[in-house]
Amino acid sequence: MADLQTIRFNINGQTHSCSVPPRLHLVDMLRDEVGLKGSHLGCEHGVCGACTVEVNGRIVRGCLTLAVQADGCQVRTVEGLAALPDARQLQQAFIKHNALQCGFCTPGMLMAARELIQHKPDATREEVREWMSGNYCRCTGYHAIVDAVCEVLARRNQESAA
Amino acid sequence: MKSPEFDYIRARSVSHALSLLTSHGDEARILAGGQSLLAALNMRLSEPSLLIDIGAIDALRGVQVSGGALRIGALTTHTEIENSALVAQHAPLLKLAVGHIAHRAIRNSGTWGGSIANADPAAEWPCCLLALDGTVIAQNPRGERRIAAAEFFTGLYTTALAEDELLVACELPLAQRDDWFGFQELARRLGDYAIAGLAMNLRFSGPVVQSARLAWLGLGAKPMRTPQTEALLAGRPLDAATEALVVASLREELDPLADLTNTGATKKHLATVLARRLLAQANATRQSVAA
Amino acid sequence: MSITIDKPPAKLHDLTQDPRYIGHSPERPSAKRLSQGQGCYVDDIVLPRMAHVVFWRSPVAHCRIKEIKPDFARRMPGVLLVADGHDLAKICKPWVATLGHLANMKSAPQYPLALERACWQGEPVVAIVAETRAQAEDALQYLQVEWELLPAVVDMETALDPQTPVIHPELGDNLCFTRSLDVGNVDEAFASADHVLATTFEFGRHTGVTLEPRCQIADWSSAEQRLTVYHSQQAPHMMQDLYARQFSIAESAVRVICKDVGGSFGIKVHAYPDDFATVALSMMLGRPVKFVADRLESFTSDIHARHHLVKARIAVRNDGEILGFEMDDLTGIGPFSMFPRTSAIEGNQVVNLVGGPYKHQHYRAKLNVVFQNKTPTCQYRGVGHPIACAVTEGLVDLAARAIGMDPLEIRRRNVIPDDAYPCAGISGIKFEGLSHQACLDKLERLMDYPALRAEQAALREKGIYRGIGIAALIELTNPSAAFYGVGGARIASQDGATARLDPNGGVTVLVSVGEQGQGNDAIYTQIAADAVGVDMAQVRVVTGDTDVTPYGGGTWASRGAGIGGEAVLLAGEALRANILKVAAVILKRSANELEVHRGDIIDADTRAVLTSLADVGRIAYFRSDTLPSDFTPELLVTRHYAQRDYPFIFTNGVQASYVEVDPDTGFVKLLKHWAVEDCGRVINPRLVDEQIRGAIVQGIGGAMLEECLYDKQGLMLNANMADYLVPMCAEMPDIEVAHIETPTKSSKLGAKGAGEAGTAGAPAAVMNAINDALAPLQAQVMSQPFTPEKILRALGRI
Repeated sequence: MADLQTIRFNINGQTHSCSVPPRLHLVDMLRDEVGLKGSHLGCEHGVCGACTVEVNGRIVRGCLTLAVQADGCQVRTVEGLAALPDARQLQQAFIKHNALQCGFCTPGMLMAARELIQHKPDATREEVREWMSGNYCRCTGYHAIVDAVCEVLARRNQESAA
Repeated sequence: MKSPEFDYIRARSVSHALSLLTSHGDEARILAGGQSLLAALNMRLSEPSLLIDIGAIDALRGVQVSGGALRIGALTTHTEIENSALVAQHAPLLKLAVGHIAHRAIRNSGTWGGSIANADPAAEWPCCLLALDGTVIAQNPRGERRIAAAEFFTGLYTTALAEDELLVACELPLAQRDDWFGFQELARRLGDYAIAGLAMNLRFSGPVVQSARLAWLGLGAKPMRTPQTEALLAGRPLDAATEALVVASLREELDPLADLTNTGATKKHLATVLARRLLAQANATRQSVAA
Repeated sequence: MSITIDKPPAKLHDLTQDPRYIGHSPERPSAKRLSQGQGCYVDDIVLPRMAHVVFWRSPVAHCRIKEIKPDFARRMPGVLLVADGHDLAKICKPWVATLGHLANMKSAPQYPLALERACWQGEPVVAIVAETRAQAEDALQYLQVEWELLPAVVDMETALDPQTPVIHPELGDNLCFTRSLDVGNVDEAFASADHVLATTFEFGRHTGVTLEPRCQIADWSSAEQRLTVYHSQQAPHMMQDLYARQFSIAESAVRVICKDVGGSFGIKVHAYPDDFATVALSMMLGRPVKFVADRLESFTSDIHARHHLVKARIAVRNDGEILGFEMDDLTGIGPFSMFPRTSAIEGNQVVNLVGGPYKHQHYRAKLNVVFQNKTPTCQYRGVGHPIACAVTEGLVDLAARAIGMDPLEIRRRNVIPDDAYPCAGISGIKFEGLSHQACLDKLERLMDYPALRAEQAALREKGIYRGIGIAALIELTNPSAAFYGVGGARIASQDGATARLDPNGGVTVLVSVGEQGQGNDAIYTQIAADAVGVDMAQVRVVTGDTDVTPYGGGTWASRGAGIGGEAVLLAGEALRANILKVAAVILKRSANELEVHRGDIIDADTRAVLTSLADVGRIAYFRSDTLPSDFTPELLVTRHYAQRDYPFIFTNGVQASYVEVDPDTGFVKLLKHWAVEDCGRVINPRLVDEQIRGAIVQGIGGAMLEECLYDKQGLMLNANMADYLVPMCAEMPDIEVAHIETPTKSSKLGAKGAGEAGTAGAPAAVMNAINDALAPLQAQVMSQPFTPEKILRALGRI
């Protein structure tokens, strides 16, 4: 029986500490220890992207990150997005374009989209499609998601040009 | 699927990691980015009793030019390579390949050293290392060992690393003015392990190829070079005759293994298509350089 | 042909006095919380003392279970119970999945956990319940099961051969169901045709891959002697009935709750052995038990679908007239027909639907549905339509090519004309009113067909091979009891809605059809708001709880809008009438002088606001002392609706795909996709567009990427997310959608279904586009998925 490890990290702006077994992955820790159910599990192989969260400013697969690896880190989940203007823009665009149906892929999609708009503000529609390919959606067929992300990119480019 | 139980230690230094490796042998696994290891653990394909997390060892980070080579630390993430100006300048092949590695979230965590030590025959970095005749730098309790790429990949997911060795960095020769690099892979979905992929490095002498390196991914148990075909290219211009010779030579030299949906014959055919396309690309670039 | 400007379609008549929402695209009320990660999916629910189950599943296609040794597993940390098929058979009855109206159908009894034999790789045999999932999985490794390999039936083409073992000897053979249809005079028609084109179509077995896996929490309360199941499911009342029946408890002792469902597409409308096992375990333990299928087990335990081999022919005259179709469909299912909707329906629909859009008079079809030792199959989005449409539309293109006619033109000449309805299709299916001609016209303009043909021709000169593929389709929606009820299945084809005016003037609507992401809760909000006369923000819709909503069928066969929506409309109208009765009494006016208008009661003539719904509510609920003694307000009304005019209300549509094939690599780039869809009255155009798009991509998945691959022993080779390829964003095209509205007269709402048509037509359109691209190279592909290797082989490159 492995020893529990105590970890301390910042989650959505609040510090949190807990004792976890080393094998517990980050998303299970967030869902079960912290009680944040917004990040989802779809495969646990790192392929579907439903578990995508942000650690130290970068998106990662929560199922391929151990909770113990998050010790000392800044973690952000979908629950922490409404506080951020760029994320809110994305959420509003997603709602407007109905870029979500069942909602299960949506937290991961928003995480991935947010990193795109931060790091690739001039992305073309094709580049948006390529970037978002790390997140599986079975409901939308992706067109509306791409529309939503492109709309936010366009609006932000207009805002920064102004 | 939940991982089986294991103990976990965050190594403080390379020597700490090495001493742990020595005492635990094959019961321990190195945790770097974890993008391959943790997936295998989640599927219970592997049951180590200890994970040695090297993620806090700063000595394993960083990209620098030293001793006439580009040294990329083992913990450099794929995204860091993608963003590195030094890599863009000195090893542009890596920049051509990096966009094919999985997806952004994986690239933010996955590492250069991890990918090379894992030696997946369809992965991009082992293939690029081979194409550039890079060198693996390993540390063991007895000191440093340098292993040429050509000797490093020994079999399916198998490398020349000893059980008590840690890959700490890899070195790549610096790109020269007359070097041309090309990379293409064929995958049904962006980011998937490719059906076939080719990393090509041609060094020109005027309009003629002085030397060539062709490294392949997805065709066998390990990444491979095709030395006969490479030798054929030496001294030849990039014309239709050369292309035909290259294709014929590859058909003899390659004997790809089938995968779930592609026979060896399909892979061989696709390999020749990749070669033709990269040669055409190289030719177009040289024409525009010459113009 | 020049492009003509679209004249705006004739507007459908208004359904309500103040139509604000029906026909428009307001944002979905549930979208905001989902965008904030505030969904409530089954795995989010934690109950006190909840335990977790994992199953030991058969590692091989067919084996005899010799001995189960649970002792080591039992002693593992956290383990509460290890149970096998015999334990569960004591409290749960076996079932047989057949339907009375599918005449010769047969299947063997099935138990929640296999007893003497496991008949497919993935069949659950032993259950381990522990405090956590991880502990249960740890214990699984210490469970010892002794089994003996048995010969497996893994090739559907030889399943009926005499030397092939019979999986269930008591059934006599491996034939689940067979059907023949022979209409008109096929032999004469084919003999008289100028061309007969024959080919064989292959469709790879594939599966749904819902992002949220199947999951449920079974909570048996021994205190209340009541079962509550939180289930990611489409048909809560059906499950309520089945649990009551299989466990011999009263229907009223069972409550099924469906909250947020992370995608279902038919995968979650069936009753799985896992479902019954989880309930049994909760009963045995007296604690809630949660089951979440992990992704690896999903691939071998979720239902599969669509494995067909179809030999087919078409007879055509030189002038383009299609004389007839003939087809022979072989489909391989699992070792059991799936409960309760059966695994014969998909094939049966193929027989019904081949040739569907066309007016030929000769049709012959044969169907064999055979058992195999593979994962059971059942209804999955589209159910037979993708196969029927691909067979039909593939043959039509072959015919067009043979006579040198444009594919759009041959369809124009042969579709049942728009003014021919009502009429029957040649297989006997009844059509109320379709619009094939209007859809073809609209598609031609939408995609600028002539310009694309010109572009294709120009690029061919440069050695670039692009193709245009057209697919006309019909799709059944709004089913009557002819689908399941007549066959003896207790699956409701009627649904109900309860509309209630709350004391503060809000409207609560309880509906028996639920929500899985398609937006049913949104359209019910829109319909109720318009029907009653309030803002959408004043309406709250409740679904997915058998203790709360009226009794109904749930989501399947694209019935949510047409059937659930109609019930909501009727209930809303009835509530409005009752509100006016109360208002009339309060205001001492006549009800027909009043209107409910945006939350107020107004004078119908002067439009003056007389009182508010909040005030009507206050008086009705709290001040009955002020009302006449012979008058009682009824501010809660329930209305039900069943579609009884036709066996199904068919819809129609047409799709087009534009692709570029790389003849060197066999890779196909999907450049663009179009769909013109007639689903009757469109309640929310954006939601319909999005259903079409999602469904199209799902169809593309089957056409290009998805296949369950097996070795010769019946083991699935690609049962993981890396090797089973689902469509991801980069490879998918933009999809343009347009609508034609031919309302159904079978309801006031006039809405038909829209959820599955996209999947029905997409594979056909893509196949036809690929073959159009390959035509100059004398190659064609008829086997889905269209892998690069298949295309290279067709081209003779390998």
